[in-house]
Amino acid sequence: MRTDIKIGVLAVQGAFIEHEHMLNELGVQCVEIRKKEDLDNIDGIILPGGESTVQGQLLIKLGIMEPLRKMIENGLPVLATCAGLILLAKHIDNDSVTHIATLPVTVKRNAYGRQLGSFNTTANIEHIGDYPMVFIRAPYVKEVEEGVEILATVDNNIVAVKYKNQLGLAFHPELTGDTSIHKYFIDMI
Amino acid sequence: MEKSQYELNKGLAQMLKGGVIMDVTTPEQAKIAEAAGACAVMALERIPADIRAAGGVSRMSDPKMIKGIQDAVSIPVMAKCRIGHFVEAQILEAIEIDYIDESEVLSPADDVYHIDKTQFKVPFVCGARDLGEALRRVNEGASMIRTKGEPGTGDIVQAVRHMRKMNSEIRKITSMSKDELFEEAKQLQVPYDLVKYVHENGRIPVVNFAAGGVATPADAALMMQLGAEGVFVGSGIFKSGDPAKRASAIVQAVTNYKDAALIAKLSEDLGEAMVGINANEIEIIMEERGK
Repeated sequence: MRTDIKIGVLAVQGAFIEHEHMLNELGVQCVEIRKKEDLDNIDGIILPGGESTVQGQLLIKLGIMEPLRKMIENGLPVLATCAGLILLAKHIDNDSVTHIATLPVTVKRNAYGRQLGSFNTTANIEHIGDYPMVFIRAPYVKEVEEGVEILATVDNNIVAVKYKNQLGLAFHPELTGDTSIHKYFIDMI
Repeated sequence: MEKSQYELNKGLAQMLKGGVIMDVTTPEQAKIAEAAGACAVMALERIPADIRAAGGVSRMSDPKMIKGIQDAVSIPVMAKCRIGHFVEAQILEAIEIDYIDESEVLSPADDVYHIDKTQFKVPFVCGARDLGEALRRVNEGASMIRTKGEPGTGDIVQAVRHMRKMNSEIRKITSMSKDELFEEAKQLQVPYDLVKYVHENGRIPVVNFAAGGVATPADAALMMQLGAEGVFVGSGIFKSGDPAKRASAIVQAVTNYKDAALIAKLSEDLGEAMVGINANEIEIIMEERGK
């Protein structure tokens, strides 16, 4: 249990409560980020699943985008899942708009098509082990730049990456009962 | 439907939480909605206010029109089928819609049975006025619930009534002793397991949005403070003076639904709201459809 740290969960839209439940289970304090003042004194941040177009716009309108980008560039540990991964990506294959753009990868949005293409699977994640993965209208990582560690692939597509303080996942650990990814993230702090 | 598919479908609703789903009738409107921050769009030929004005029978939209909207945006696209019309639902599944709304806004095709939604791979959202309706729809396979409200009126009163009723019934079940749950299941006409879930978790097993009559940022924030997990806005946006601005204001109000100072700012200069019809003065009561 880490009582010394506080993790921010971006709460502008999407499945943020599910991440909070996971952190609560691990006994870690968390705070919802809805405006830029909420970013004060956090030791890490989680970017949850949801709709990246919505979250990206709200980050700008609510003045969170610039300070958050600086914090991540300065080493704030970040765990990004699904839409969060799209927010973090430096390049988006099928979209001209990027968002926080601190993770040097190219992601493809809705890479598996519409909801009928959503699926579950189990695959190995480097440093973590076998993990139940939930893909919902999910993206995947098409290309990585130098220095990016590939943590997991499914059907030859990259679905988990790490770059310094940034952990990006195409799937939803918050929809499983398995806290090992959140534990691994907490250990990055 | 396999259990894992149902979990994926419930999961998609979880991803929509804290967001606004907007009714659109053209690809242009869909793009405006997406640019304003809609987390999904509902593709339909006529928005509820116009369905109400036109009268007659209203049916599923032209698949070509829905496809046009699917091509226009990258966010999930939903579409409505008539209550009980499982062939309309099959058609929507065939064109790979992301969510089907088995909706009382359209004329019901079956006045007894809802669609057996467990037979589909694609997810369903259904309207409900109280906990019994909500759990009956879940039992039929719905993976998301919304209040019915009274669509196309711009009058929030019914959505408030439905959300309050559902919440008070949930609170009642939460405080019951275990042996009272069997009788409660009988009263609600739902399986015991669903009542037990509500008793143990203090909520229904799927995401619950507000719908029907939301016209302003304040309406949207009201529903969120009453416990909605997101909001559908039908006629409220494209029946108003400045749809893009109003849509964006409602999106931000849903995110910061407790921040009155921000909602005050968002409510300024939005232009004309949809005219609205008092829910007591209308002739077609859509919420009565499908119990």
